[in-house]
Amino acid sequence: MQATETDPRPGNGTGEPGPIPVVLTINGTERRLEVEPWTTLLDLLRERLDLTGSKKGCDHGQCGACTVLVDDRRVNACLTLAVMLDGASVTTVEGLAQDGQLHPVQDAFVEHDAFQCGYCTPGQICSAVGLLKEGRARSDDEIRELMSGNLCRCGAYVNIVAAVRQVMDGTGAGR
Amino acid sequence: MTRLQAVAAPLPHDSAELHVTGRARYVDDLPEPQGCLHAAVGQSARAHARIVRMDLSRVAAAPGVVAVLTGADFPGLNQIGPVLLDEPALAQHSVDYHGQAVFAVAATSYELARRAVTLAEIDYEDLPAAIHLEDALAENLDLLLPYEMRRGDPDAAMARSAHFLEGSFRLGGQDHFYLEGQIALAAPGEDGGMDVHASTQHPTEVQHVVARCLGEIDAKVRVECRRMGGGFGGKETQANQIAAIAAVLARKTGRPVKFRLDRDVDMTLTGKRHDFRIDYRVGFDEDGRIEAITFGQAARGGCSADLTGAIADRAMFHADNAYFFPHVRIRSRRLKTHTVSNTAFRGFGGPQGMLGIEEVIDEIARHLGRDPLDVRRANLYGPAPRNLTPYHMEVEDFVLPEIMDELEQSSGYRERRAAIEAWNRTSPVLKRGIALTPVKFGISFTTSHLNQAGALIQLYTDGSVLLNHGGTEMGQGLYVKVQQIVAEELQIPTGLIRITAADTSKVPNTSPTAASSGTDMNGMAALAAARTLKERLTTFAAEKYGVPAHKVVFQDGAILLGEHRMSLRELAKEAWMARVQLSATGYYATPKIHYDRDQAHGRPFYYFAYGAACCEAVIDTLTGENRILRADLLHDVGRSLNPAIDRGQIEGGFVQGLGWLTTEELWWTKEGALASHAPSTYKIPCASDLPRDFRVAIWERGRNQERSVHRSKAVGEPPLMLAIAAFQAIKDAIAQAVPGRGSPRLDAPATPERVLFAVNELRGRTAALDLARAAE
Ligand code: FES
Ligand code: FES
Repeated sequence: MQATETDPRPGNGTGEPGPIPVVLTINGTERRLEVEPWTTLLDLLRERLDLTGSKKGCDHGQCGACTVLVDDRRVNACLTLAVMLDGASVTTVEGLAQDGQLHPVQDAFVEHDAFQCGYCTPGQICSAVGLLKEGRARSDDEIRELMSGNLCRCGAYVNIVAAVRQVMDGTGAGR
Repeated sequence: MTRLQAVAAPLPHDSAELHVTGRARYVDDLPEPQGCLHAAVGQSARAHARIVRMDLSRVAAAPGVVAVLTGADFPGLNQIGPVLLDEPALAQHSVDYHGQAVFAVAATSYELARRAVTLAEIDYEDLPAAIHLEDALAENLDLLLPYEMRRGDPDAAMARSAHFLEGSFRLGGQDHFYLEGQIALAAPGEDGGMDVHASTQHPTEVQHVVARCLGEIDAKVRVECRRMGGGFGGKETQANQIAAIAAVLARKTGRPVKFRLDRDVDMTLTGKRHDFRIDYRVGFDEDGRIEAITFGQAARGGCSADLTGAIADRAMFHADNAYFFPHVRIRSRRLKTHTVSNTAFRGFGGPQGMLGIEEVIDEIARHLGRDPLDVRRANLYGPAPRNLTPYHMEVEDFVLPEIMDELEQSSGYRERRAAIEAWNRTSPVLKRGIALTPVKFGISFTTSHLNQAGALIQLYTDGSVLLNHGGTEMGQGLYVKVQQIVAEELQIPTGLIRITAADTSKVPNTSPTAASSGTDMNGMAALAAARTLKERLTTFAAEKYGVPAHKVVFQDGAILLGEHRMSLRELAKEAWMARVQLSATGYYATPKIHYDRDQAHGRPFYYFAYGAACCEAVIDTLTGENRILRADLLHDVGRSLNPAIDRGQIEGGFVQGLGWLTTEELWWTKEGALASHAPSTYKIPCASDLPRDFRVAIWERGRNQERSVHRSKAVGEPPLMLAIAAFQAIKDAIAQAVPGRGSPRLDAPATPERVLFAVNELRGRTAALDLARAAE
């Protein structure tokens, strides 16, 4: 892709303000983009940058399927307007593995079968990575509580909590 | 050299690595084809009305709109019903529910399509609407004919019983809330062809419905589904409409069309689990043993037939759960309401029927002042003649007494019940309760002809294998299980077996992946295909190398020919050179099953799956808030094909059942609009709703008595009903909160509000009794 990309979609015809330039670092690569003021980070990722790992489960900030990391904080990408993130660094599920090595949380999710249909998984994983960085969770109960914004309709919670716990203990953040 | 063991290994899900890296593609993640348009629908603002005027000119003129579609524009039939042709893709002339699709648009972006549909001008003339089940009952609005099952003479027997109870209760529906909403991507091909990627449990039916709507032969439509982000029954028939609208728009515009439902639209447009009202009359002896029982089940079907007939039937098939009824009559009514057409949901009516009898048993126990577990045990099926179901099938594989013994011990039920009663005496506000309930669930489609499956296996000359079958993957682990079965049969590592998407052009005329039967049937079909291929290769190798056929052994990646050994790759190459066919199909039809619906008599199920759960609940008697403190599950999966996957199904099924019975409440306004149409108003379980102490075990002695694939048992649906123990534990806590005043009145789901009402109602009974005493 070129350095600057404009929204290829036709105008919305409503006379609203045009695209706004922003600079974002996405999975380690700086991107100069022009985005409509109402474009969410999730739509930007999925529809323009072909980063379809982050899922749209509700588009209302209520399911967590779209969770990504913005400057290491977990956010719901569907509730975050891309223009607000000028200068920020965004990490999606596609950016977690390094040099062909899965992130420890990704490894733990595989090891613990922490998914069924997989649709919530990218969000769960980003949320878990954020949670571990926050260093707030100490017990299983706290993991459950602090991951409660990430719904899993398949009910894979037992294994999700076990996977997070394993990484937490492995990194010395455990009790 | 040892045999390669793929079956029974706890292999991870086949797409595990794709899932954790975000590379697993769902329909919405596929690269959009050039010129792809996006669809949206305009939805009815009335529950039941005649459309007097519909002006879509502003919609058509809106920016980005390429086509507007109404029911009148369908080249074929505007009908998406799976069984009866009673459900239009787009309503014409009148609307039957609030939120029904009335017209559709295709526009250059999703956003523009969604904006455009808001510009329609529609005038309605309201017609009388029945929104709730009670409305339909009051108006006698039957959607389908009532149905009855009966054995013996329940009225006469009940008259002779020492004890008698009657009652009625309600249980709510459930939204699937598959995390991936409904979606289809349709692309027109040459000469009337249509290729559809759909998130569906039933590609064949989507194919048929799309062909019907386009007025084309089935052969011109190809439907593919690699995976779904959850299905739970919600994509058994509900994917039809989505694909049909996308395909007709694609035909109309000549361009690919993607139709993805926004969450709110998904929840208002698509069907849910049926809510029920259950009435009962029961006669029983001193021990609580049922002598005669009658059930009246009323199911809210919604506005069209969909699968309601079969679902209501299955509710009747499970009105006995695990218990023998000497005399029984079950009457079922399927009511029509002006609400979205209710549909399949994990358990398919079974959970509703089962909750009915568990309620009755609990009422009997409370009436007699006995431990509900003792009453449950007293009523279990047993040796003949106590082994006959209300539909005259003999229960031949009843392992529940063993499972319940084991769970009673391992959960410490008796000691904990005593401890809870003691604890409650010292706790004024918080009260605890406990319950242990069994599950017996019939496996097979009760629509007998659906019990068939096909598979296709192709061996390439490099020794790799392509596997295809009619089953769809929605997270339940079907694909990895079938892969394991084929790997074991051909004795090659799973890595050499490429799993491919369900595709109507590869394996035709498939049944839906439903009724928990996916692995039973597709696994058997794939096994048959693998065996055919193996036989061909064996015959060839035996001849070529001059060894008897029984000396040709497939083992751990190699083929042993007496002294000689070769790889599958070498054998495949040689067989190909010798012009031996290297692809094979397999087919399976479930044996033994038959059912005479007119007589309500037969063997609709190949076998039963069993399980039991013990739950402990705590309630706050001031707020009604409740939670499950501990859950012990013991479930029979036969010989597990993959214990990791099976365990996930047990846990996940239970959690989903817990949601159904505790927090998930569907709420319709009196105008018939669904008020709970987003996660903000509809609460599915999250991580923190899990029981603090959650102990899940696969029953180790499990083994299918029938010749199922590797003696395994189906596991998709049965565990959902383990959550009935949670509901009964909450009810027990309410009863213990106000002791000695009879049984609480609690409808499902046990939301905090309902729990609080139930507590207060019991307290009211106390007050009334005290007043009566004072007056004496
Ligand atoms: S899609 Fe963002 S929270 Fe649901
Ligand atoms: S794995 Fe299906 S929603 Fe979590």
